[in-house]
Amino acid sequence: MTRFILRRLLQVIPVFLGTTLLVYYMVFALPGDPIAALFGDRQPPQSVIDTLRSQYNLDQPFWVQYGLFLKNLFTFNLGNDFTGQPIAASLARVFPVTAMLAIEALAIQAVFGVAFGVFAGLRRGGWFDSTVLVASLVVIAVPTFVLGFVFQLVFGVQLGWAKPTVGANANWVTLLLPAVVLGLVSFAYVLRLTRASVSENMNADYVRTATAKGLSRPRVVLAHILRNSLIPVVTYLGANLGGLMGGAIVTEGIFNVPGVGNKLYQAVLRSEGPTIVSIVSVLVLVFVVANLLVDLLYAWLDPRIRYDQ
Amino acid sequence: MRFTRTSKALGIVAIAALALTGCGAGGGSTDGSSTAAGDPNKVITAYSNEPQNPLLPANTNEVYGGRVVELLFEGLRTYDASGKPVNALADSIESSDAQNWTIKVKQGQKFTNGEAITAKTFVDSWNFAANSKNLQNNGFFFESIAGYEDVSAVNSEKGADGKTKTTPAPKADTMSGLAATDDSTITVKLAQPEADWSLRLGYSAFFPLPSAALTDPKTFGENPVGNGPYKFEKQGSWVHDQSISLVKNADYKGPREAKNGGVTFKFYTDPGPAYTDLQSDNLDITDVLPSNALKTYVADFPDRNATKPVATNSTLNIPPYNPNFQGEAGKLRRQALSYAINREEIAKVVFNGTRTPAKAFVPPVIDGFKEGLKGSEVLKFDAAKAKDLWAQAEKIQPYDNSKPLQIASNTDGGNKEWIDAVANGFKNNLGIQAEIQPFAKFAEVLNLRKSQQLPGLTRAGWQGDYPSLYNFLGPVWATNASSNYEKYSNPEFDKLLKEGLAAKSTDEANGKFNQAQEILFQDLPGLPLWDQARPIVWSNNIVKAETGWNGGILYYGITAK
Repeated sequence: MTRFILRRLLQVIPVFLGTTLLVYYMVFALPGDPIAALFGDRQPPQSVIDTLRSQYNLDQPFWVQYGLFLKNLFTFNLGNDFTGQPIAASLARVFPVTAMLAIEALAIQAVFGVAFGVFAGLRRGGWFDSTVLVASLVVIAVPTFVLGFVFQLVFGVQLGWAKPTVGANANWVTLLLPAVVLGLVSFAYVLRLTRASVSENMNADYVRTATAKGLSRPRVVLAHILRNSLIPVVTYLGANLGGLMGGAIVTEGIFNVPGVGNKLYQAVLRSEGPTIVSIVSVLVLVFVVANLLVDLLYAWLDPRIRYDQ
Repeated sequence: MRFTRTSKALGIVAIAALALTGCGAGGGSTDGSSTAAGDPNKVITAYSNEPQNPLLPANTNEVYGGRVVELLFEGLRTYDASGKPVNALADSIESSDAQNWTIKVKQGQKFTNGEAITAKTFVDSWNFAANSKNLQNNGFFFESIAGYEDVSAVNSEKGADGKTKTTPAPKADTMSGLAATDDSTITVKLAQPEADWSLRLGYSAFFPLPSAALTDPKTFGENPVGNGPYKFEKQGSWVHDQSISLVKNADYKGPREAKNGGVTFKFYTDPGPAYTDLQSDNLDITDVLPSNALKTYVADFPDRNATKPVATNSTLNIPPYNPNFQGEAGKLRRQALSYAINREEIAKVVFNGTRTPAKAFVPPVIDGFKEGLKGSEVLKFDAAKAKDLWAQAEKIQPYDNSKPLQIASNTDGGNKEWIDAVANGFKNNLGIQAEIQPFAKFAEVLNLRKSQQLPGLTRAGWQGDYPSLYNFLGPVWATNASSNYEKYSNPEFDKLLKEGLAAKSTDEANGKFNQAQEILFQDLPGLPLWDQARPIVWSNNIVKAETGWNGGILYYGITAK
């Protein structure tokens, strides 16, 4: 077990170096001088531009820039972004917000997706199953940004149930609407995965045995069918957490959530290499840790799975 | 001053919102008559975005920091809604020869931390801003003052990457032409006479700074202390990436006294959500509309919108290094291009009236603007004339039509639509190939413009720093001027500008500047396209709002219900 975790954590190193190198290079390769672009048509004196360029190491060749970035990263000094703000401080501001959003979305899709999926799977072909299948197909087919705008307009503007945007006051309540939008598409997938898995396991031998032993229906469903059906769902949810954190750009844009997605969008517009790569680095870590947790959950869900051969 | 880069609405956002604007709820309008007087203590919320620099007046050259700085500080002068400069902290500004100026400063003025504002405060602040080692973005605003070269001096050397690198190397700490002779008197000697120099004293670079700002500008810029109609609500009112909260400065006595209790700037990375917030009164005012709302904002906000012309114009620049546009044939071709643009129609159809066809190289809101300058008839759409001029040019020197004529621009912010329209005008009226040369980002175009590498035409624009004809001509078209990227040069034009600056009276100066514009109309280094009007919309919480000469909302004049 410990060896497994250790091995997985060691794998992080090449993944981390590879992604940061790639992303850093892509930002580096963007045409145009990002410092000059900060100023638009009215350019400041050249000495201001040049001083800023050397402050951000932009006058150095690529490998030197990347090396300096790595060095800073490992000394926990991320430096400043182009507006002069410490990058570490802005990461500390945006990540909790997006984490809240992602966890809320994940909770929504996990709870409702699994519950609906189990009901649909148990009564396959029933009216509930058919309705849910069609509805989830619609949700999957409609892009997130359309859902976002519709929800914002209907619940935020017309019904007035929620503030249409989040802005400065991000908390569990204000983030509910964007979290629903963000979680909805994956909710449909979770539902369908659970449904398929449940209806398949219903006919398994061990379920028949459990029922034959005289176990109560709820016990059969929860302890035998559901637990065994969760493996594909958990795999999906784990991979999805990272996706929710990094992929919230559109949702965060629509609802003006001051989170990772918005920060990343602005950083890309300004070609701010260090900020982009810092955000991506954290996202990589989130991905790796989430996947590790999923792998560890397997053993709990299915004791036949062993990590140490 | 830079252009707002916020109007970079995501394409997908635009598409989606188009589908929805049909059902945009207006939000029932309440009767405004009973509350017309307004609530002077109510805090209003306004659209903004994260300022790009610490909030120091001389360092702030972008709109989102600029609007905060202008509310926090008060300078010697300020501009009224029409752009007319009025004295604020100055009792009088006088000069007999347009070169030696005497400024009397009002006595008894204080910053909100209690520090007194005297003539010396201004002198210190200006010397600080001009000093190259302080790296202030707007330091060049002091270039007219004698001794500026010394405090702003730089060293140039080859950098690590082989490019020239300039570093600050001031030769003096103070400008020789600037002195405080007593607590209430500033004397300024300019390097050469400049009749319109006093016009710029309302610009933020000239605001006074308390002593704390000069010793530690970065810390000060996080929690600025000023003397304007508003002040920071508390230490840390600037919550990065989220908002800035200002409250009324009760001690402020001046022309811009606040009619509301405060302004909270809420940051949006995109104007779309702000527009939605306004529809549900979750935000009170915005000056940036999503491009898809330009057709609907009047219907969405009946009686709660205003559109006023502002001092911002657009041109289509023709680089002189392009062989197709050189010599006598080139001159005819530039005229032909100008005649082939249907400005009237594009302003109406593409911009929905938020642009007005250009009448000159300067927008009409600027004092001294004159319509019907010699040569300005090229701004009228005339297909026959365009064809004729093009044919004449062909006789002198054939046009190289092997490659299409490209118009370079970043494609965000709704630029593609009008460029397509202009290119189609060239195609249909002149029979040449023309197309947009698209770039994802403004920075790319700027780089190529600076290095003279654009093959075709380029979009350019100018937003006035202070309301003066010179500000639209000097920095953009004078030889080697800071924003003259296409390197247009005409000694006659330069001479007229110089004479205008040296003129004894504003009228005489404006006469020279308008003559200089006639030279531009002869040469057509760029084709004036249109001037901007700035639409704003506000919520049900606001009685009335308006924009100033430069398109900025006059936040202090807003009354809340």
